[in-house]
Amino acid sequence: MENKVIYEKDLNLEATELRLGLPGTKKPEKQAPPSLKTSNKRALPDMNEESGSGNNSSVSDDGKSDRETAPAPKAQVVGWPPVRSFRKSCFQPKKTEAEEGRVYLKVSMDGAPYLRKIDLKVYKGYPELLKALEEMFKFSVGQYSEREGYNGSEYAPTYEDKDGDWMLVGDVPWDMFISSCKRLRIMKGSEARGLGCFL
Amino acid sequence: MAYSFPEEVLEHVFSFIHTDKDRNAISVVCKSWYEVERWSRRRIFIGNCYAVSPGIVIRRFPELRSVALKGKPHFADFNLVPEGWGGNVYPWIAAMAMAYPMLEELRLKRMVVTDESLELISRSFKNFKVLVLSSCEGFSTDGLAAIAANCRNLRELDLRESEVDDFSGHWLTHFPDSCTSLVSLNISCLASEVSFSALERLVGRCPSLRTLRLNRAVPLDRLPNLLRRAPQLVELGTGAYSAEHRPEVFSSLAGAFANCKELKSLSGFWDVVPDYLPAVYPACSGITSLNLSYATIQSPDLIKLVTQCQNLQRLWVLDYIEDGGLDALAASCKDLQELRVFPSEPYDMEGNVALTEQGLVSVSEGCPKLHSVLYFCRQMTNAALVSIAKNRPNMTRFRLCIIEPRTRDYQTLEPLDVGFGAIVEHCKELQRLSLSGLLTDRVFEYIGTHAKKLEMLSVAFAGDGDLGLHHVLSGCESLRKLEIRDCPFGDKALLANAAKLETMRSLWMSSCSVSFGACKLLGQKMPRLNVEVMDEGGRPDSRPESCSVEKLYIYRSVAGPRSDMPRFVWTMKTLS
Repeated sequence: MENKVIYEKDLNLEATELRLGLPGTKKPEKQAPPSLKTSNKRALPDMNEESGSGNNSSVSDDGKSDRETAPAPKAQVVGWPPVRSFRKSCFQPKKTEAEEGRVYLKVSMDGAPYLRKIDLKVYKGYPELLKALEEMFKFSVGQYSEREGYNGSEYAPTYEDKDGDWMLVGDVPWDMFISSCKRLRIMKGSEARGLGCFL
Repeated sequence: MAYSFPEEVLEHVFSFIHTDKDRNAISVVCKSWYEVERWSRRRIFIGNCYAVSPGIVIRRFPELRSVALKGKPHFADFNLVPEGWGGNVYPWIAAMAMAYPMLEELRLKRMVVTDESLELISRSFKNFKVLVLSSCEGFSTDGLAAIAANCRNLRELDLRESEVDDFSGHWLTHFPDSCTSLVSLNISCLASEVSFSALERLVGRCPSLRTLRLNRAVPLDRLPNLLRRAPQLVELGTGAYSAEHRPEVFSSLAGAFANCKELKSLSGFWDVVPDYLPAVYPACSGITSLNLSYATIQSPDLIKLVTQCQNLQRLWVLDYIEDGGLDALAASCKDLQELRVFPSEPYDMEGNVALTEQGLVSVSEGCPKLHSVLYFCRQMTNAALVSIAKNRPNMTRFRLCIIEPRTRDYQTLEPLDVGFGAIVEHCKELQRLSLSGLLTDRVFEYIGTHAKKLEMLSVAFAGDGDLGLHHVLSGCESLRKLEIRDCPFGDKALLANAAKLETMRSLWMSSCSVSFGACKLLGQKMPRLNVEVMDEGGRPDSRPESCSVEKLYIYRSVAGPRSDMPRFVWTMKTLS
């Protein structure tokens, strides 16, 4: 009850004042958050709308509209409409992980009770990837050398390639790696050392 | 004068009391009732896994047999919660492995479940019977193999809508020949082909099997054999429902369906070919639940099927059904209670089907028991919403998604405040509401005034300012879950209603106007709330305090701030 009283003292009276405009025409003073991927604000009502769906080309360009000028195709807002990913397209035969050019891979670490997913396309090379893995799982990867694998750490980052083989991360050129890597596993202990001596 | 029953008597009486609400009520009568109750409680539901810790639960309830846990916020379903947020079940499994060796049931929703967790479950609980993983992720078919192999008394394995790392269907062969106890198997979310012969043998040796939800990879010509081995099935999810039209396959299928006299629920129907649909007609009169939300067939075929199901209570369908189909539904299915219409092309702004507000109005007129609605469409009017509200004052769940944000009443060009206002005013038992379309603060005033039984509210692209949020937080007495995205709600309403937040399970706000400073203040003033700020752009205190946070998740907890926050989640504790 007290809270209500306190609030009313601070009430923004403008919010309840009578106006002559059509409802919904006022642009609120508190702006929409900057993180919106597309700007959905409409400065004026679109009198040409027959249904809710058409919205682009017929709106006046009075400069107040902060929408992108290109009328179509509309950029997708994240998570809207609220449809689960397995419902997104009825004609999609199976779920693919490569959506919009992204390649999401699962990363596990021996002994850690959780999995992570990373987008390989985000990294430009092995140093960046390894640093990200170190941060993600809070471990140190040691020094990599072609002959000896990862020195100075009881962990070694490995990956499963398209043929189902487990390889040490870093053994093949980066481009080959990102196109063949199916999933990552940070191995621990002797298993890791064994792999390092594979070649 | 004081008397008391011996504990054994109390315990016996309590054994008739099952619901959480009742159990919680009796536990606060007095200390001895609290003690008897806590030792005799066998089943628990934890709506937010971070509201309490495993240790606290185990300390209070030493003899649980059935545990249900929910993890991520609901908006995780729509990719609004970044990867790595949390909801890991492993700490719970590890603790329960020690404390509850006799655990029988585990039901998890939106949690991260690793293979390690599944392996631990399969080894730790000798009498494990039920595993339901709803919208979970983090595990692979390797983990499923462990469950199949080690859980000798498994009754239910239900993976509904989970994301599984599917290496192969081989895991199913890990069910030993001695496993005959299955009652429910739901593998509909899996992509790989399971071994059909293993599946047939498994189905054949489980005489109590009532629920079988196959995955898409099970071809139609395999279905008759499976059905013949399980004529007692009550719930069936088909695999892909297409094949070249061959009369012998059709008659085999039709015969198998005719033989399943107990069938009440049908789902699956991927890739459905209309020619084969009549095979299910013999079963239609008994069907009460029909999920056609993957069936990409057009309205005439849908109508033919649906109008056969006179006893239908629940229908999930794509918008291919169109207004005409919904008219037919309204005329034939007088027992309908729940309708969900999903969009066939959610990202197509133009609209590809003749489904409008009229379809929903028809069903609301024709189906007196309709109380639960999820409806995706592209246009709406206040008049339609008012009709629906007046037709169906018994509505309990009303979720409307007009696909384009901020869509007006297409006839009057007004916001849809009045329409939704009518819904909350007439439907006095409304528990769940999702809003869409153009909405001002007025709709929130209506909601705060009328929606006294409302427990969950979802809001997107709506409102004018803090007043809207204030109406909801101060007016909705039964509110437990509030999720908001892309609304101009800021600090004032939140801070003014801080105490309200402790009466709710959780509040989610993303892409709103809540400042970091307000979050800090809230976190400081309310020690029993976890105020979690999500920001993938870096530490929120590296920017001015007046900057809005990206995402905010507030929930009450007796366990304090959680210890497994990823780098992009901050609370007051991590920032000091």
